Amino acid sequence: MPKSSAAYYKMLTFWHKLTDYKYFWPVFMIAGLAFCMAASTFEFLDLYLQLILIYVGINIILTVSLNLINGYMGEFSVGHAGFMAIGAYVASLLTVHVFPPVAQNLLFPLAILAGGVGAALVGFLVAIPSFKTRGDYLAIVTLAFCMIVKSVLENIDAVGGPRGLLGMEKLTTLPWVFFWTALSVWVIRNLVYSNFGRGVLSIREDEIASDLMSVNTRQVKIIAFVVSSFFAGIAGGLFAHALQFINPRMFDILKSTDILIMVYLGGIASIGGSIIGAIIYTILLEILRPLGVWRMVLMPLMLVLLMIYRPRGIMGMKEIRMFLPLRDLVTEKLWRRKKKETTDASA
Amino acid sequence: MAYIFQQALNALQLGSIYALIALGYTMVYGILTMINFAHGDLFMVGAFFCFLLAVYFHLSFVPTLLLSMLGVACLGVIIERLAYKPLRNAPRVSAIITALGVGLFLENFTLALSPYPKHIPQLLENTTWAIGALSISSLQILIIVLSLVLMLILDFVVQRTKAGMAMRAISWDKTIVPLMGVPVNKIISLTFAIGTGLGGAAGVMYGLAYPVIDPYMGIMVGWKAFICAVVGGIGNIRGAMIGGFILGGVEILVAAFLPSTYRDVVAFTLLLILLIVRPYGILGKPQPQKV
Amino acid sequence: MPLLEIQKLTHRFAGLCAVSDFNFAIEPHELVGIIGPNGAGKTTVFNLITGVYRASEGSIRLGRQELVGLSPHAITKRGIARTFQNIRLFKELSVLDNVRIAHYGQIAYTPAEALLHIGRFRAEEKRITDQALDLLSIFKLDEMASEKAKNLPYGLQRRLEIARALATEPRLLLLDEPAAGMNPNEIIQLMEFIAWIRKTFSVTIILIEHQMRLVMGICERLMVLDFGATIAQGLCSEIQNNPKVLEAYLGVEVAQ
Repeated sequence: MPKSSAAYYKMLTFWHKLTDYKYFWPVFMIAGLAFCMAASTFEFLDLYLQLILIYVGINIILTVSLNLINGYMGEFSVGHAGFMAIGAYVASLLTVHVFPPVAQNLLFPLAILAGGVGAALVGFLVAIPSFKTRGDYLAIVTLAFCMIVKSVLENIDAVGGPRGLLGMEKLTTLPWVFFWTALSVWVIRNLVYSNFGRGVLSIREDEIASDLMSVNTRQVKIIAFVVSSFFAGIAGGLFAHALQFINPRMFDILKSTDILIMVYLGGIASIGGSIIGAIIYTILLEILRPLGVWRMVLMPLMLVLLMIYRPRGIMGMKEIRMFLPLRDLVTEKLWRRKKKETTDASA
Repeated sequence: MAYIFQQALNALQLGSIYALIALGYTMVYGILTMINFAHGDLFMVGAFFCFLLAVYFHLSFVPTLLLSMLGVACLGVIIERLAYKPLRNAPRVSAIITALGVGLFLENFTLALSPYPKHIPQLLENTTWAIGALSISSLQILIIVLSLVLMLILDFVVQRTKAGMAMRAISWDKTIVPLMGVPVNKIISLTFAIGTGLGGAAGVMYGLAYPVIDPYMGIMVGWKAFICAVVGGIGNIRGAMIGGFILGGVEILVAAFLPSTYRDVVAFTLLLILLIVRPYGILGKPQPQKV
Repeated sequence: MPLLEIQKLTHRFAGLCAVSDFNFAIEPHELVGIIGPNGAGKTTVFNLITGVYRASEGSIRLGRQELVGLSPHAITKRGIARTFQNIRLFKELSVLDNVRIAHYGQIAYTPAEALLHIGRFRAEEKRITDQALDLLSIFKLDEMASEKAKNLPYGLQRRLEIARALATEPRLLLLDEPAAGMNPNEIIQLMEFIAWIRKTFSVTIILIEHQMRLVMGICERLMVLDFGATIAQGLCSEIQNNPKVLEAYLGVEVAQ
């Protein structure tokens, strides 16, 4: 607990009460969606701000989904951009070549979903080497995977080869981004606080012990990789239709590095942290844009300083209360009360 | 026949550069179990030092090489002291992310100072001998021989000297060795100096062989060298050399028979297969599971 | 019919015979100790039973089910749980989560139900949490339910490890040196504790231990291993005076 004034404490309790309220999330979601719809129809946010918000949403999806592998499971995947590329290409091919131009808007969610499914299928394949390979060797597997995806895309002329793919309409709107971001955060949170998610955590802590405690580690790894890559694919599809142009070089190792930085900036094994990390990183990059090339000198420097003074990132291994399931909160409350009683008794 | 020999020579040239960079990864990993992702960018800095010394100070080859190596080694030691040392007891990934940050910093700082690709002047008289259908350039021979000499020196240092023994000891056990009076910080600095110095040397040679250099050249080469280190069995010095030559060989082989755009696909797929068959690299040993 | 039956179990590490021709059977509700000097292959036997290592030769049967070749989680699901010589809790996770993870084999919901919070998920989560909390309160750990496991004192960590093992609902419990690092007083408490666990959870227990006092105090039968071979087995009183056992523990001259 930081040294804080009574007013701060009051506000915090009020906030906790608010977020613990049963209808907090539904109300928050509807309000958010309404805001996004209003913003994009009436354009009271200018297009530049809207675009930034769209990137914030996409980056949140990417960061939260990568955190599942790198934070919760404790592996070091550097191939997230590869899954993103698959989602982007599958969704774009569908909207450009398959879907009739008339029904673009209607079929857009289907295209995004297909991108996610495509990425998830490949994620399944990447999960297989993770059964036996761990640590740096798995990092290499994901790295090689990312490079293979990029090189393969460069060699397929049907998707534009190195020149890339264009012709997508600007279908990614703020409401859609809000929807998919909320969905991905919700689903990954649900996973993390289920017994499958605890299985993911236990693999990070001690894989052999977790296997011996009846956790089917292979099943858990597959679930984690499939869910993570699914949402990376979703983010890719949204990204392609926000930018309306993609080429293989956009999804190289630098893109993966970007996502990694957001994950570790926000802190591992924390959904709230990932969201904060993605928001801060995306907005900071925009704010610093006037600095030109020095922006990219300053950003890594700040990252290094952050790592030195706060090696676990902003929220490492901690969770914002509003993402915790109520059931866990109740047990924690009981625990605090008992702890207080025992300290009072001993005092 | 001559064609095959020619390609083998090319493979040796590329492979020796990869091997030199991979050594830096593997040495740092061996001693700190940390992947120094800034290493590829230190390699790039080496090439830029070479450019600087050759163009602005008009130095000849040997002083350029030595000063570049020295410069990169100093930079490596400074980075270790400022950025990595505070994180020695932090979670491992923090150090890795820091290394990524340092790498990005080096890239973009160089980019800010030199926005356009640079051209390294010809430092050496490059003669080409034609033996039958085979053409051998003196530069090629120089790169291969010099790399091998550097690797032999390194192998000697690590296997036969007191400092090398300390390095091997630290990579074996980090808690006991300091109690035996080994100056751990000095040895780690020395490891960084040697590892990054070799990377700098690779940068100079790469610059001589492929004279157009830019601030992002270290990324791809760096990651590839990292793959070499892992394929050889990370932490294993001889493994890194073998890994470098394997990747060089595969790349040249693919480029010789397939369109050059397939080079990366095939090379990486082969490496993936190799890692699935031998998950701990060629010379690496699986960590025993302890229960 | 014995609960667990091991026949001709042999395991080699790169030529070294860690366990050779190990034969063993345990009836339901028995408490059997395995003793032997360091490096005798005791923990290896546990690792073979629980599937961490795959036996080179021989068979391990739980009831009628052959266990050799099954993966550890499948074996745990069939009713064998264990603790570890050096505590292996999930250190960064809460005490409650440590126990809830052990319910993995029993959860009735599918991944899809978990991801979308539909179907059996909520009821099942509630059941798991309640069961875990009940178990923790039996072990007097419920007050620490939200504490990270690594913050527990050593003795409680040992206790939590046993609780976690019992959460998998085992028929057979394997305890690997439960008294390691305990003083004589604590060992007496532990003896009572183990006897109590056996009664309360009606489990069969195999125990690896160095502390003779503990083993002699609670075990009905003993197996003595040395260099991977079984050198003696039988009732405690027989083992105590067996010359081979004395030799293995104390050396040849003393025994003579």
